[in-house]
Amino acid sequence: MQVAVLVIYLAALLAPWLFARQQHRAAWFLALVPAVLTVWFAGFVPAIAGGEVIVHEYAWIPGLDISFTMVLDGLSLLFALLICGIGTFIVLYAGSYLKGDIAQGRFLVVLMAFMGSMLGLVLADNLITLFVFWELTSITSYLLIGYNHHQAAARKAALQGLIVTVGGGLALLAGFIMLGFMAGSFSVQEILNGSEVISQHPWYLGMMICVLLGAFTKSAQFPFHFWLPNAMAAPTPVSAYLHSATMVKAGIYLLARLHPELGGTDFWVMTLTGFGAFTMLTGAFMAVRSTDMKKLLAYSTVMALGSLTFLLGVSTELAMVAFAAYLLAHSLYKGALFMLAGIVDHEAGSRDVTEVGGLRKQLPLSAGLTLVATLSLAGIPPLFGFVAKEALLETMLEGGVFVALMALVVVASILVVTVAAVVALRPFFGAFKAPKAAADIHEPPLPMLAGPAVLVALSVFAGFFPGLVGAWITLPASMAVAGTTIDSYLALWHGFNLPLLLSAISLAIGGFLFTRWDALRDRLKVLDPMVVRGPERGYFYFMDAIVWVAEWQTRKLQNGSMRNYLRTITLTFVVVTGYTLLSRYQLHWNWDLDFYFHEFVAVSILVAAAVAASITHSRLGAVAAMGAVGFSIAFIFILFSAPDLGITQILVETLTVILLVLVLFRLPSFSNISTTAERIRDAAVALTVGVLMMFLIMITIDVQLFEPISGYMIENSYPLAHGRNIVNVILVDYRALDTLGEIFVLALAAMGVYAMIKFNPQTAPGANHFAGTLILPPKKIPEKDIVHSLDEIHQKMLEDQNILEASDDDDEDDGDNTIVNPDTSSEHPRGDYPHNDDSEKKEDKDV
Amino acid sequence: MMKPGTLILHAAARFLVPLQLLFSVFLLLRGHNEPGGGFIAGLVASGAFALYLFTFGAAVTRDLMRVDPRNLIGAGLFMGMISIFPAALNGEPFLTAQWWPVMLPGGTEIKLSTPLIFDIGVYFTVFGSVMMMLIGLTEAEEH
Repeated sequence: MQVAVLVIYLAALLAPWLFARQQHRAAWFLALVPAVLTVWFAGFVPAIAGGEVIVHEYAWIPGLDISFTMVLDGLSLLFALLICGIGTFIVLYAGSYLKGDIAQGRFLVVLMAFMGSMLGLVLADNLITLFVFWELTSITSYLLIGYNHHQAAARKAALQGLIVTVGGGLALLAGFIMLGFMAGSFSVQEILNGSEVISQHPWYLGMMICVLLGAFTKSAQFPFHFWLPNAMAAPTPVSAYLHSATMVKAGIYLLARLHPELGGTDFWVMTLTGFGAFTMLTGAFMAVRSTDMKKLLAYSTVMALGSLTFLLGVSTELAMVAFAAYLLAHSLYKGALFMLAGIVDHEAGSRDVTEVGGLRKQLPLSAGLTLVATLSLAGIPPLFGFVAKEALLETMLEGGVFVALMALVVVASILVVTVAAVVALRPFFGAFKAPKAAADIHEPPLPMLAGPAVLVALSVFAGFFPGLVGAWITLPASMAVAGTTIDSYLALWHGFNLPLLLSAISLAIGGFLFTRWDALRDRLKVLDPMVVRGPERGYFYFMDAIVWVAEWQTRKLQNGSMRNYLRTITLTFVVVTGYTLLSRYQLHWNWDLDFYFHEFVAVSILVAAAVAASITHSRLGAVAAMGAVGFSIAFIFILFSAPDLGITQILVETLTVILLVLVLFRLPSFSNISTTAERIRDAAVALTVGVLMMFLIMITIDVQLFEPISGYMIENSYPLAHGRNIVNVILVDYRALDTLGEIFVLALAAMGVYAMIKFNPQTAPGANHFAGTLILPPKKIPEKDIVHSLDEIHQKMLEDQNILEASDDDDEDDGDNTIVNPDTSSEHPRGDYPHNDDSEKKEDKDV
Repeated sequence: MMKPGTLILHAAARFLVPLQLLFSVFLLLRGHNEPGGGFIAGLVASGAFALYLFTFGAAVTRDLMRVDPRNLIGAGLFMGMISIFPAALNGEPFLTAQWWPVMLPGGTEIKLSTPLIFDIGVYFTVFGSVMMMLIGLTEAEEH
């Protein structure tokens, strides 16, 4: 199964190459991959239906209990079949839908990468691996929603979807870690089969909230539903695939997967049924208000996701049966409907049901398919949607669900009938209207019709033979969700009973509402203010708050003053470490010193140099004194037999001097820019740090909490790591991961320095007066407060003290600098940087 | 930056740079058993070119280096990354050191290993980072 996921990723890698050669035909080849996988997964159906669970083990990071083990049971098989099966048709469809789009190669890469991630998500056994795939689906979804990245709306929708789902993902990670600790394992199989009773654990509530946040954001449950309709900015194949059939069901999948262990508690039942029912109503209500076919379908997807959550919440045996049936039914008809909406949009030029109509003559096949698919959506026999809806209603009536929630569900199912009728009838029947001329509208090519046709055919087939589909596909899934064996079956005809009556009533009222739909929408406009104040408002407030906090903390902490930074960092260190020190250990006084004379000399030089560096009035003197500090430290390293550290220290000091020499002449001449009081304050801060460090060292001498690790390293350095230089062995072997991180940090720092040197505020893109100073909204900084360079401060000070008349300036520019005001020309030291040809000219002359 | 007529510096730089570079490679390779290693060797190598930089200026140094320091950083990080994976081929956790001793004719044994690749990666990254800063600053200064 790992290979199955890998193959999809490999296909993703091949996509651009294929596209460059084959243009839109590339999709036909790529579709072969999921098609073959569908057949391969289908081969497991008999075994899984027989109650088998197939486990393919593979280690990843055994030290952290993270594995790539993949598990195929009823639930993951159902999802795998949906992902690969629908995926095949989506890829085919996308090839024709985006025909002629030069960026189609990019689209196919991300689409295939999504497919691999989603498949990995449903197959993964390990919580952490599952989380990695979970986040990968969020990221690929972001890239797909923002496919038309030149449109601001698409970018905004993509970012919104990303922030909501990844924000929930963070909570989910916390929940997973808690769950892993509670169960003592990160393997889902072990959690489900383990002896720990998770629901009795004191962390249960906190863990559940975190996991539910993750699942609800991903599966667009109220109040996080708003991102899903906005995600319709994506090209239609994406909406059909990610945002109805697969990705949005990831949250549902997760809840279903963990249901046997976490489900069944009061908290579970209350939360899931409550949120589920409310999401159903919200989705159905918002759908009725919409006129865009994709929005209509998106909101009805929200409604369906609510139903699935609701069913999981009820958590009776019947609910599990209904859950799997509803899941399958929804994926079949919704995938088809989205693709058909895309066809209408593609062929007729609009997908707004108020702008198109009477297309049945031009698009007879599409019209027929839409009609059948919406019959399934509305839950009309003999479609599979009817079977699922009956099961849903029966579950609701049988389980102990609150009457208020029942009312929500019934209202939602009435409204969804209206939605189905709108989608089926408005675009295809009535008088002809469309942005394009009737003669230009014709049926799309076969690859676009293949998907809807097959999915609709499956809906019909499953509707006629629910027992068969139930036994092979949905019941094994139900049993995996329930965690027990279920002795039940799906049937089209249950006899005359209450669910059937409810179905009939909802059909009748829904149909009636459809006839009054235009009037109904006008009526519902009364509620617009309420909709505007919906949860999406909260999202915008949240985003504003982030900007506000970022701005506030930038102003407070990153105000551009080096001394402020140092003060903040050191004081934080003193407070945090000092508190721990005093609360855990008392102070230790250990003056029992034993030293040689040369050690004393080295330390004396060190102290003297440090004092000299801080009181000298010459910059060169300060540099030299700091050098003396560095070399004394190197000397001490060598005295205590750490030659590697000594060598490193000496080299670093040397290079520091070289760097300082390079910048020394660009710095303004030495000046005191602080008052005496400020200097005393800074000295006090510095002394506090010194005293704290002294106490820390005294404690480390006295208190030995653990056996030092150095013993182990010395013993095993040669036998295990084949090296006698322990420092180097630590760097490249014991702690290689740390070193890897460090070289990346080093490279980043170097790039930062390089960017600062090369950055030219006058020519940089988006250059303005504030470039290179602060990235804040201009209006908030008064012009007089902007500091361009130290020269300016210096200049101002000298002017203030009447030492200098304004405009004396030691600018060394050759005169080709056209800055008007002479006394500010040195304020833009970055402005006159490299013109390479210029420097080369000098070079020639000098050599 | 460059002062014409500093004859001793000119002459010294020409002879010292190759010696220092050799020394840096020596430090790099002996690092596993004796004091040395990629970090130190990288600093020594950049020290060598820093001397050259002071003597002959940025453009000549760039010429002499042949490789852009930015590419050195990239190469270094890449070598650091690829040293992670050989362990996975043996089914061990990532970054587990792998050793491939090679017997040379004459009885000398050379121990090729992932830590060596990793150390060379550190060497290039340090070397490239320092040179990028130094050359950048010098170019800014020369203008």
